[in-house]
Amino acid sequence: MLPPVFGVLFDGLAYGMLLFVLSVGLSVTLGLMNFVNLAHCAFAMLGGYVTVTLVNQFHWPFLATLPLALVAAAAASVVLERILYRRLYRASDLDQVLLTIGIAFISVAMAAYFFGTLQQPIQTPEFLRGAVDLLGLGLGKYRLFLIAVALVVTLLLIAGLDYTRFGAQVRAAVDNQRMARGLGIDVDRTFAITFALGSGLAGLGGALAIDIVGLDPSFAFTYLVYVLIIVSVGGLGSIAGSFAAACLIGVSDIAGKYYVPELGAFLIYLVMVVVLMWKPAGLFGRR
Amino acid sequence: MTAPAPHGAIALATRGLSKSFGSLIVARDIELALPVGARYALIGPNGAGKTTLINLITGMLPSNAGQIILGDDDITALEPQQRVRRGLARTFQINTLFPGLNPLEAVALAVMERRGIAKRFWQNIADNKEAIEEAYSILEKLKLGDCAYQTTRELPYGRQRLLEIALALATRPKVLLLDEPAAGVPQEESGEIFEVVGGLSNDLTLLFIEHDMHVVFRFATHIIVLVGGAVFTQGSPAEIAADPGVREVYLGKRHHG
Amino acid sequence: MSVAATDPKLGLKPQAYLRSLSRWRVTEIVFWLATLIPYILFPDYLALASQIAVAALFALSLDLILGYAGLVSLGHAAFFGLGAYSSGLFSKFVWGEPFTGLLVGATVAAIVGYASSFIIARFRHLTLIMITLGLGLLLAEAANSAHWLTGGSDGFQGIEMWPVLGLFNFDLYGKTAYAYALGVLFVLFLGARRLVNSPFGLSLRGIRENWVRMPAIGAESRAHIRTVYTISAFMAGVAGAVLAQTTQTVSLESISFQRSADVLVMLVLGGAGRLYGGLVGSVIFMIARDQFSGIAPQYWYFWIGVLLVLVVTFLPNGILGGLSKIIARWRSK
Repeated sequence: MLPPVFGVLFDGLAYGMLLFVLSVGLSVTLGLMNFVNLAHCAFAMLGGYVTVTLVNQFHWPFLATLPLALVAAAAASVVLERILYRRLYRASDLDQVLLTIGIAFISVAMAAYFFGTLQQPIQTPEFLRGAVDLLGLGLGKYRLFLIAVALVVTLLLIAGLDYTRFGAQVRAAVDNQRMARGLGIDVDRTFAITFALGSGLAGLGGALAIDIVGLDPSFAFTYLVYVLIIVSVGGLGSIAGSFAAACLIGVSDIAGKYYVPELGAFLIYLVMVVVLMWKPAGLFGRR
Repeated sequence: MTAPAPHGAIALATRGLSKSFGSLIVARDIELALPVGARYALIGPNGAGKTTLINLITGMLPSNAGQIILGDDDITALEPQQRVRRGLARTFQINTLFPGLNPLEAVALAVMERRGIAKRFWQNIADNKEAIEEAYSILEKLKLGDCAYQTTRELPYGRQRLLEIALALATRPKVLLLDEPAAGVPQEESGEIFEVVGGLSNDLTLLFIEHDMHVVFRFATHIIVLVGGAVFTQGSPAEIAADPGVREVYLGKRHHG
Repeated sequence: MSVAATDPKLGLKPQAYLRSLSRWRVTEIVFWLATLIPYILFPDYLALASQIAVAALFALSLDLILGYAGLVSLGHAAFFGLGAYSSGLFSKFVWGEPFTGLLVGATVAAIVGYASSFIIARFRHLTLIMITLGLGLLLAEAANSAHWLTGGSDGFQGIEMWPVLGLFNFDLYGKTAYAYALGVLFVLFLGARRLVNSPFGLSLRGIRENWVRMPAIGAESRAHIRTVYTISAFMAGVAGAVLAQTTQTVSLESISFQRSADVLVMLVLGGAGRLYGGLVGSVIFMIARDQFSGIAPQYWYFWIGVLLVLVVTFLPNGILGGLSKIIARWRSK
C-alpha cells in the first residue's frame, strides 16, 4: 500500500500539468515581447465556456470540443491583438497592465451576463470517470488524462521550437529582439502567431479545467494569480521553466492545502516571493 | 579645484580587462593607460566592442577579469554610481536623457546628486541657490542657456547631444568617456560640439569614440584602435595614419562621417 | 545674465523659475475650498465624503511611488490594511485618542514598508509587479488566517474613539469624521506637495524618466526608492487608520486585492504624477460607485474595464492630463 503522500503528489502533479497548459502561452509571449497580458486567463475562460456550450447545449462529445476551445480562444486573441494590443507593444508596463485588466473585467462581466455566476457542470465521457488502482492508490482517470494531454502538448511545443523554422524564429526573438529584427525576422508577425497559439493553449486549459476546478466567471482572475506566479517563478520565455514551476506550484498548493489547511493559499505566495528574491528572472529566466 | 596632477600621472588605467558571453568574447585582455589631461580617441570597425569597453569601465557591464584603476583607486568592485562619484563620467551614444524634464532640471538633478542634496524631501528645490546657479552655468557653457526651460523631448537633436555632455559634466568628472558625441548630428553642427569638447579643462581626461576621422585627427593626441574586442594597435595620429595594418582593417574600408 | 527666452513668460532667472513651478495656483485654492461644499450642500452625505477623503489620501500615497517614481504596485492595500488593523486594534483595546491611533497605524505600515522596500528596490517590470502582488496577497491571506487577531472574514467592530482634540465627538452624522478625515488629508497633502517640489521629488522623476541615466549621474536610485516607499507606506497607513477610526470597523476589504486595484484605477483615472490626479480620480470613482451601488459587482467592473481600455487608449495621462493638454492647446491659439 502506498502512503497517502503519493496520492497528494499525483494530484499535485495533475494540477500542475493543468496549470502548465494554462501558463506556457503567457510565459512565451512575455519572454518574446515583454507584453504583460493580464487578460490571459480570460482566454482560458472563453475556451471553458465554449466547451460548456457545445457539450451542454449541442451535445457534442467532450473530447471533440477541445480543439474548438483552442481555436476559439486563439481566434479571439487574434482579433484583440489587431484592434488593441498592437498599439501597446512599446507602451509602459502600467498601460499594458491597465488595458489587459480592463479587458479581463469586461470578459468576466460578459461571462456573468451570458452564463450566470454559478459553476457550470459538465459531463465528461464515461471512460474518463473513476479511478485506476495502482498499489492501493486510486489514480483518477481524468487526472491521468490531464497529465497525458499536458505531456503531449509539451512534446509538441519542444519539437516545434527546436525543429521548425518558425520555432527557430521564436527562439531568436526571445533571445534578442533587436538582433532578430536585424536578421530579417518579422518579429511582430512571430509574436502575433505565438500569441494566438499561447492564448489557444490557455483556452484548451480552460476547457480541461472544468472538471477539476470548476468554471465560473471568477476563473479569469482566480487562475490569473496562479499563472502569473508560475510565469515569474519559471522564468519568462522558458517552456522548461513553466513546466518546472507549474509542477512546483501545483504540488505545493495541493500539499499545502492537505497538510496545513490553515495556511491556505499562503504557501504559494511565499514560494513565489522567496524564489523571486533568490532568482529575480525566475528559475530558468535569463535577464 | 585640486592642484594640477604631476606630469605623467595616470588618470585611468585598465589591466587585463576581459568580458565574454559564453563563447562570444567581447573584450580581450584590454590594457589602457590614460594620462591626466589626455585627449584619446577610440576607433574601430562596427562591432569592435568600443561601447562595450565603455560599459565595462563605467561598471554598467560587469567584467569577467581584469582591473580598472581610476587615479590611485582600484574601482573594479564599485557600482556604477560609486564610480561616478569618484570622478568617472560618460555620455551615451544614443541620447539617454530625461524626456519629461527640462535641461535646467536635468542638470540641476545631476549637480544635486553630486552635492548630496538630492535626498532632501523637506525642502523646496528653489532654495538651493548655489546648485541651481552651478547647473545654469554649465548649460550656458554648452550654449544651452536659452532653451533651459524647454522640455527635453522638444529640443532639437543637436541640442540634446549637448545636453548629454552637460549631464556628464555636472558630475565634475576627472575622466570623461564620450560615446560618439556628435552621432547623428549634421556636419555643420558637429563642429560646435567638438569646439565645446575641445574647450574643456586641460585637467579633464577625455576618451572619445568617434567614426569621423577628420574630427579624430583634429582633436586626438593619441588613438587606440579596437578590433574584435582587443586593442589592435595604438599610437599618435601620424603613426596610426601611416600604419598599413590599420588601413587594411579600418581606414581602408569605406569610412563614415 | 538674463535669458533671451522664446517664451517671454519664462524670462526668469533659474532660481525664480524653479520657484514659480511650485507656487500655489488659483485652481488649487478653489479645489480645497470646494472640499467644504459637502457641509453646505450635501450634509446627508458626509459619511461618503469621509470615505472619499480616505480614498484620496490612499491614492496620493500611491501616486508618490507610481506617478513620481514610476513603480507599479499591485499590492499597496497591504499598507492601508496594516494601518487600519493596527490602529483599530490599538484604539479598541489600548487607547482611544484619535491622533495617537493614527500614529500607531502609520508607524506599523511604515516599518513594514521600510522592510519590504529592500526587496522592492531591487526589481523592475514584471518581477516588481509580481512581488508587490505577492506580498499584498500574502498579507491579505495572513489577515484572513489570523482570525484570533483580526476577526478573520468577519473583521471587528465597536471601535470607540475618544473625541478629537478632546472636544469633538465622532457623531452619527459624520460631521466630525469628515472634518477629521479632510484635515488629515490636507496636512499630509501639504507634506506630499513639499516632497514633490523638493530635490528628492526631482530625483524621483529622474528615476521614472530614465532609470538607466540615474547611476550615470551618480544617483543612488535604490536608496531613493526605499525612502519614497517608506513614506508612501506611512501615508497609506494613515489613510487606513482614518478609515478604521471614522467607520469604527475594520474588515478584510481594507487589505484586499480589490482595494489595491481600485486605488490604482482612481489614480490612473485622475492622472498619475500630477499630485491632484489621485484626489480628482477618487472623487469621481467614489461618487460613481455610490450612485451605481445598486448594480451587481460584475457589471460595475464591466464599466471599470471599459473605462480602463478607454483611458489607456485615449487619455493616457488621465483626466488631469487631458485637461492640461486642452488648456495648452487653447493657450497656443
